[in-house]
Amino acid sequence: MSSLSRRGFLRSSGAIAAASLLHGCAAPPASSAKTIGRVVVIGGGYGGATAARYLRLWSGGAIEVVLVEREAEFVSCPASNLIIGGSRTLADITRTYAGLADRGVRLVRDEATRIDVEKKRVLLGRGDDLAYDRLIVSPAVDLMFGEIEGYDADARMTALTAWKAGPETVALRRQLEAMPDGGVFLIAVPRAPFRCPPGPYERACQAAFYFKRAKPRSKVLVLDANEDLVSKPALFKAAWNELYKGTIEYRNNTEVKAIDARTRSVKTDFDTIKGDVLNVLPPMRAADIARNAGLTTGSTHWCGVDWLSMESLAHKGIHVLGDATLSAPAMPKSGHMANNHAKVAVAAIIELLNGRQPNPQPVIANTCYSYVDDKEAIHVASVHRYDPAQKTMVVVPGASGVSAARSELEGTYASGWAQNIWSDMLG
Amino acid sequence: MGGRPLLVLALLSSAAADAIAQHPDPNLGRNLAAPCANCHGTNGVSRAGMPALAGRQPSEIARLMQEFRSGKRPATVMHQIARGYNDDQVDAIAAYLSTQKAD
Repeated sequence: MSSLSRRGFLRSSGAIAAASLLHGCAAPPASSAKTIGRVVVIGGGYGGATAARYLRLWSGGAIEVVLVEREAEFVSCPASNLIIGGSRTLADITRTYAGLADRGVRLVRDEATRIDVEKKRVLLGRGDDLAYDRLIVSPAVDLMFGEIEGYDADARMTALTAWKAGPETVALRRQLEAMPDGGVFLIAVPRAPFRCPPGPYERACQAAFYFKRAKPRSKVLVLDANEDLVSKPALFKAAWNELYKGTIEYRNNTEVKAIDARTRSVKTDFDTIKGDVLNVLPPMRAADIARNAGLTTGSTHWCGVDWLSMESLAHKGIHVLGDATLSAPAMPKSGHMANNHAKVAVAAIIELLNGRQPNPQPVIANTCYSYVDDKEAIHVASVHRYDPAQKTMVVVPGASGVSAARSELEGTYASGWAQNIWSDMLG
Repeated sequence: MGGRPLLVLALLSSAAADAIAQHPDPNLGRNLAAPCANCHGTNGVSRAGMPALAGRQPSEIARLMQEFRSGKRPATVMHQIARGYNDDQVDAIAAYLSTQKAD
């Protein structure tokens, strides 16, 4: 099927889904297999799309799956910094949801606005609602703009975060293109934990890569609220020193408290710092849909889960995946991890719907690649297994590490990783 | 330094083997192999840039994992990943991937 006709199919299947919604929620099952239950998935990112596809694959079509996603197409956050550097386009990191429709997933393009935990229903922006036997919530993060003084809707028109990949990523690139040579691109990194720990530092590399070629007197200034780089510190510092000396300046323990988009400046407790293009990442928390459903646990901004099933510790029958979870020790908020969460959840949901217990020994893994220029990449990897004594996932001793050095070979692996994980989640 | 990881692996291996013997799980290989898909494609069928694993002999996958683990085979990342799995787990992964169609 050509990509054009796949898109056409996606549109028509979306239209069918919307039409069936208008006539109540009793859509016909997507296959003739005996249905053992209906799972609604909120969010079509690395976690949710993987869950939707694997629910169909591993149940042999016996689970009815409805995926609620507000965007028409999937845009990858991993690799999106390459748009900032200029070596990828938005089209390169965009994929359709057609493969999921082909697999019998019912796609509903809408925003999930509320979860009725008692009635087991998801309410949608257009006023319809969806009943579920089990619910998967994979909404990623919301940015806490209120934590930074002056970061209002007006400021956000010019100070772009581009922390969800899409048109804003392209707009940020345009701002760098429009910036005069000699200008300063200011990246502010929030307190950890945040989505994609290596992301801000990879972005600094990509901006510097562009400046080095197109406007060599320009600078990247990284203001980090943390004590040190949150991910791959030695490898990033080596790249900054060896590839971008004099272009990237890094300041640790420097938390941005206020922003003034008109004067293009930020404030810390001690200084006012000016930039020409501002990229201020506020602190992050589990997205509102999860928060409002009471899925955040304890005094945290994140959703605690039972790592054997990814089932919420707050509400039975609801499974939370990805960035929104209260991360296990040394577990990053990454797309790769969300994909692995999805597979644990799917295996468990199939067992639970069949009246059995989930696998007591899940093992999952993570690999995060970052590009330091257009070709060379570095990675951090880890394997995590369930520890029954601590009731959480722990890194298997000895099974973690980073690249020995940046390399083009890892750049080709990073690209292969992207192609394979996108097909793993989307078909 | 040299002896310690081996001891840890041996301990993990026997504990895991006991647990597997007590709870035979027909989906164990599928579940353990699932993270391989992130880089090597669903069920080991790679689309680009990475070696395919589907349909390979179990003994070949087990040997490669052993060589990654020991450091005998040079790697960028697989020496780190391979150390996350004991022999029984590697065997379950290899058995599952060997039955997948390579297409």
